[in-house]
Amino acid sequence: MKISKDEVEKIAHLARLDIDDSVKEMLSGQLSHILDYIDKLKDVDVEGVTPSHGSAFLNNVLREDILGVSPGPDVTLANAPERDEDFYMVPRIVK
Amino acid sequence: MELEPVIGLEVHAQLKTKTKIFCNCSTQFGRSPNENTCPVCTGMPGVLPVLNFQAVTFAIKAALATGCKIARESRFDRKNYFYPDLPKGYQISQYAAPIAEHGHLDIETQKNGAKTIGITRIHMEEDAGKLIHDPVRARSMVDLNRTGVPLIEIVSEPDIRTAEEAGAYLRKLHTLLKYIDVCDGNMEEGSFRCDANISLRPRGQEKFGTRTELKNLNSFKNVEKAIRYEIDRQAYVLEEGKSIIQETRLWDPNKNKTASMRGKEDAHDYRYFPDPDLPPLIVDETWIQSVAKLMPELPDQKMVRFIEQFQLSVYDATVLTSNLDLADYFEETIKGLSDIKQAANWTMTTLLGMLNAKGLNITQSPVTATAFSTLLKLIEKKAINAKTAKNVFEQMVSSCKTPETIVKENGLEQVSDHSQLEELVDKIILENPDEAAAYRGGKTKLFSFFMGQVMKNTRGKADPKIVTPLIKSKL
Repeated sequence: MKISKDEVEKIAHLARLDIDDSVKEMLSGQLSHILDYIDKLKDVDVEGVTPSHGSAFLNNVLREDILGVSPGPDVTLANAPERDEDFYMVPRIVK
Repeated sequence: MELEPVIGLEVHAQLKTKTKIFCNCSTQFGRSPNENTCPVCTGMPGVLPVLNFQAVTFAIKAALATGCKIARESRFDRKNYFYPDLPKGYQISQYAAPIAEHGHLDIETQKNGAKTIGITRIHMEEDAGKLIHDPVRARSMVDLNRTGVPLIEIVSEPDIRTAEEAGAYLRKLHTLLKYIDVCDGNMEEGSFRCDANISLRPRGQEKFGTRTELKNLNSFKNVEKAIRYEIDRQAYVLEEGKSIIQETRLWDPNKNKTASMRGKEDAHDYRYFPDPDLPPLIVDETWIQSVAKLMPELPDQKMVRFIEQFQLSVYDATVLTSNLDLADYFEETIKGLSDIKQAANWTMTTLLGMLNAKGLNITQSPVTATAFSTLLKLIEKKAINAKTAKNVFEQMVSSCKTPETIVKENGLEQVSDHSQLEELVDKIILENPDEAAAYRGGKTKLFSFFMGQVMKNTRGKADPKIVTPLIKSKL
C-alpha cells in the first residue's frame, strides 16, 4: 500500500505536526512500509474467530461513583509550558 | 418548487454522577480552574481510565425512557482530534457500538399535532474542557474541570420538519431526563446542549439535500430561532440557483443569525479506533431489570393519570406535569381537597404567576404545598371568599405565615351570616335612595354599585353568593 505525499501532508495537518518538505518523501515510504507489514494480517484465516477489541479477556471493569481527592491545579499544571494563575495558556486558535 | 426542511437533533446531556466518567474527580460546576482534574482526565501518559458504574446505569435509564433497544455489548472508541480542550488528543466516545439504539419520543405541536420522532442512538462519552479566549491578546486560557464529565449523546432520526417540532422534541426530552433524574437539565451551565442538522429538499424527493450543522443552541428559544433562520437562509441560497456548502455554522444570539464556523476543506477526519484501555461493556438482562425497577412514572403516564384520576383537561394536565417538582407540589396540594379544578386553576395562575414574577422555580416557592392546600381548604369551606383568598395568598408570600394566622390576625373571615348581611343591605338601600330608584327604573347596572357598598362595609369579606340574591330581592 502506498501512502502518497499528499496523504502525509493531510495526516500531519490532522495531527498538527509541522513537517519539513525534505522528509515527506521519506515518511511516505516509511508509512507505506508499515501498512504493507500490517497488510500481512489480511492473509491470516480468521473464519469463525470472534473479533477481540481489547488486549485482555475482560469485560465490565467498573468503579463505583465515589468521590476521590483531586490533586488540583498545582499537580495538573506542573509541566505546563505556560500558565496564568490556575489556567493553562495556549496560543489562540479561533479568530 | 416547494422545499421541505429535514432536521435531526443531537443532544448532549450531562449525567448526574458525583464523579467523572473515567476517574474519581468531582463533576461539580463552578469550581476554580483545574481544581477538578487529575492525571487520568488530563491524559497524562500511563494512566488507565475506569468506567463509572453509575454513568452506565443512568445511560440505561435514559435508554429505557426513550424505548431504545439496549445493546448487550457496547464499546468505547477514540475520536482523534487536536484541540486544547482535550489534552489526550482524543475523546473517548462510543462510535461503532453504542449502548442503545432504535428508540423514539412522542411529541405534539399545535400545527402538526401528535408525531413520533425516532431516536437513532444513545451513546456515552466524555466531555471536553473549556477555553476562555483572551479578549486582548492572541491566547486562550484552558480549564479542564469539565474534561471527562460523563455525557450521553442522544441522536434523533431526521424526522423533524419544523422549528416548532424541534422545540417540542427538545422540551420533551429535557422534561424526560429530569423526570428520570439522570440530568439536572441546567442549560446555562451546559448540562443540556443541542446541535441541529438541517437540510432542504424538494417536497416528495427521497434523497436528502446537503446539510449544515448548527452549534451553540443554548436555549429552547434559540434553537427554534436558529432553525427558522437557517431554513430561510438555505431556501434563499437554493432559490438563487446556488448550492449549500456542507459546514458547521454557529448561531449568534445577539445578531440573530448563523455564521460559518469552518469550511469544507477542514471536514472532520476523526480516525476512530477502539480504545484498548477500556474493555467491552456488557449489559445483561439482570442489569436492565434492576434499572427498570428504579424507573419513576414518566411524564406521559403521569399526564394520562392526572386526566383520569383528577378529571383535568388535557391542557391543565400537560402544564401540571411539565416538570416533576410541579407535579409533586400539585399532588401534595390537593390532598384532602374536593375541588381539584379550582386547585389546578389556583396553581397555574396564582402560584405559577407569582413564581414567574419572582423568577423562582417551584422548589423555591415561599408558599409550601401544605400552606397552599390550607388556603384552598378555607375557600372550599367558604371561610373566606376568592377575593380575600388572593389577598391572603399575597400575605403568605411576603410573610410566610400560615393562611389561618393571616385570616385571624386581619379578621378576614367571610361574612356569611344571613341576618347580619340583610341588615346591612337594608341600611345601604336606605342611605342611597337615588340609586335605588334608578335601579328600580331599569338602570340594573347599578347592581354593582350596591355590591361595592356591601363589600366596602364588610372590607371585602361578604359572601357574594348570599349578598347577590339579597340585593336583588330587596330592590
